[in-house]
Amino acid sequence: MIKPDRIVTTTCPYCGVGCMLNLHIRENVVYRVTSPFDAPANKGNLCVKGRFGYDFVHAKDRLTQPLMRKNGELVPATWDEAMGHVASRLLEIRDKYGPDSIGFLVSAKCTNEENYLLQKVARGLIGTNNVDHCARL
Amino acid sequence: MTNSIGDIHLADVLLVTGSNTTEAHPVISLEMKKAVRQHGAKLILIDPREIELSNFAAIHIRPRSGTDVALLNAMAHVIINEGLARKEFIEARTENFDALKEVVKDCTPQWAEDISGVPAEMIIEAAQVYGRAGSAAIFWAMGITQSSHGVDNVQALANLALLTGNFGRPGTGVNPLRGQNNVQGACDVGGLPNVITGYQPVIDENVRAKFENAWQTSVNIPPKPGLTVTELMNGVLEGRTKALYIMGENPIISDPNTNHVREALEEIEFLVTQDIFLNETAQMAHVVLPGVSFAEKDGTFTNTERRVQLVRTALPIRGDARRDLDIICDLGKRLSGSNGKTSSDVIRPVTDWNYAEASDVYREIAALTPSMAGISHERLVPNGLQWPCPAPDHPGTPILHKEKFTRGLGKFTPLTFREPIENPDEEYPFTLNTGRVLQHWHGGTMSRRSEGLDWVVPEGEIQINDEDGVRLGIETGDMIRVTSRRGEATGKARLTDKLPRGMVFMNFHFAEVPANALTGAGVDPVAKIPEYKVSAVKVEKI
Repeated sequence: MIKPDRIVTTTCPYCGVGCMLNLHIRENVVYRVTSPFDAPANKGNLCVKGRFGYDFVHAKDRLTQPLMRKNGELVPATWDEAMGHVASRLLEIRDKYGPDSIGFLVSAKCTNEENYLLQKVARGLIGTNNVDHCARL
Repeated sequence: MTNSIGDIHLADVLLVTGSNTTEAHPVISLEMKKAVRQHGAKLILIDPREIELSNFAAIHIRPRSGTDVALLNAMAHVIINEGLARKEFIEARTENFDALKEVVKDCTPQWAEDISGVPAEMIIEAAQVYGRAGSAAIFWAMGITQSSHGVDNVQALANLALLTGNFGRPGTGVNPLRGQNNVQGACDVGGLPNVITGYQPVIDENVRAKFENAWQTSVNIPPKPGLTVTELMNGVLEGRTKALYIMGENPIISDPNTNHVREALEEIEFLVTQDIFLNETAQMAHVVLPGVSFAEKDGTFTNTERRVQLVRTALPIRGDARRDLDIICDLGKRLSGSNGKTSSDVIRPVTDWNYAEASDVYREIAALTPSMAGISHERLVPNGLQWPCPAPDHPGTPILHKEKFTRGLGKFTPLTFREPIENPDEEYPFTLNTGRVLQHWHGGTMSRRSEGLDWVVPEGEIQINDEDGVRLGIETGDMIRVTSRRGEATGKARLTDKLPRGMVFMNFHFAEVPANALTGAGVDPVAKIPEYKVSAVKVEKI
């Protein structure tokens, strides 16, 4: 049997049950997923997605660099270029049309911390309550 | 959930409605099956389709789609008429009982049978089984909420639990099963237009002042709630919404009325997406920012039982992608001018956007949120914590509303039955219902890239009732077209006896068979949730 380099305990990214996972990792590949028997929500049980649904993490088409639309095409850009453009366009639009012309969709797949910070950007920096996500969908 | 996954097996009766639990929340369904098989609980299932839980149900009620309020009001009628309401509980802990009594007085089982097609005797039996239980727990998912009267449906269920005193004890409660891994958390930390963290309302002046002060904002947080997803998309076409920043979502696939969303995103002046894939929405963006997956970052997710749990970095970041936290902090610095670049003079540097770790961010959330004040990353090992957790020595709250309700007294809501917005008619004679399958997830971004899952279920099928299929000359495997007033989808037919006649069922995992091109007839007036479960469609062989 393959011996893992490390086993990392984390929380499943699929549904709202919140199953605890042990990711077995060898050479930076998740090759096996188990769950501790004393996990509070799932007691070691996992569904087919929770046990076998992680190829997406290693997918070849993961985004690895910022992209910007130039002449109608999305082309690679540096972080400074991309972020600078995002910030200046948001400010322009905010100044021209007012803060409520901008909307932020946070994410039911992202962490609490990320969601908190993005709504803080919306409310505290742009000055809009136009913050929502797919909770209704 | 008012209660916890761990106490499902303690219920004498489970009422499950609008939830295909074995496919959408498989691990919770194990607890339900255990309650029935090992602990002798009775399962009342309300679902128009025959699903795996039907095999475990003592009573399976199959109403016409969208008639929930009629059915649940009739159950309340029976509970009151047969003396099954718990008087002591109603007197001590609730209000507005007389208003409910007045409204359900005429909601007889026969009346509900005429509307829902469920035999009156079955409604009476279900009410008796639920009403007589020592402890009864209600579970629902999007089958209840994704309706033009979703709020009414939920309140009708809450009425039943209030009538019978099924709150505050193990094996009771009203328990929505939340869909996404962190939909609970995203709502909890202010990812909604009307509330900031811990559901502190933006309309409250003191709340706004607290956050403005803590964040040292120079802009004011507006006193008016913002727009919801659906309203933002409409706003683009109406010229009100000029820019959207979308993190980790794919609204073209997951929102109702795909064509409308695509049209909106083609119109929009500036679209930013932050994601791990170039999904259908990102392909239309002006800037795409590569974030990382759950396996490459630290943080917390909050599950359906309000349990905050740790997410831990397991893998190194690939390429030039960045942790999502770092992307947002970079944006924060640039917008506040704290990176040295000048911006519009109304925006001054706010708090410094140097959060080294996710745990630093959580400390800020806890400091500003009474119901989570006692939660920190350090305390989440090994089992997480269920909010409310108001102090660092508080053990968390597995069961809500024990001594009293959050609002004080539990309030009965008198409800009147309303038809769905788009019932079938001559031109569109079928009712489209949508949902999940076990092997896939939402827009398929994650599950369809997993070889094993995709091998088991490689394509989206369109299910129709077998008798309807025969009548239309359609066989399993035939290509069919489903059309609504908003769009069309084509895919392979599967005939099944598990659907009632007149129903078409599609999942929304496959962009090639886009269920949401068809949906979008209307929304709930309060919650603005789309009516995904009832759209009128026609079906033809191609």
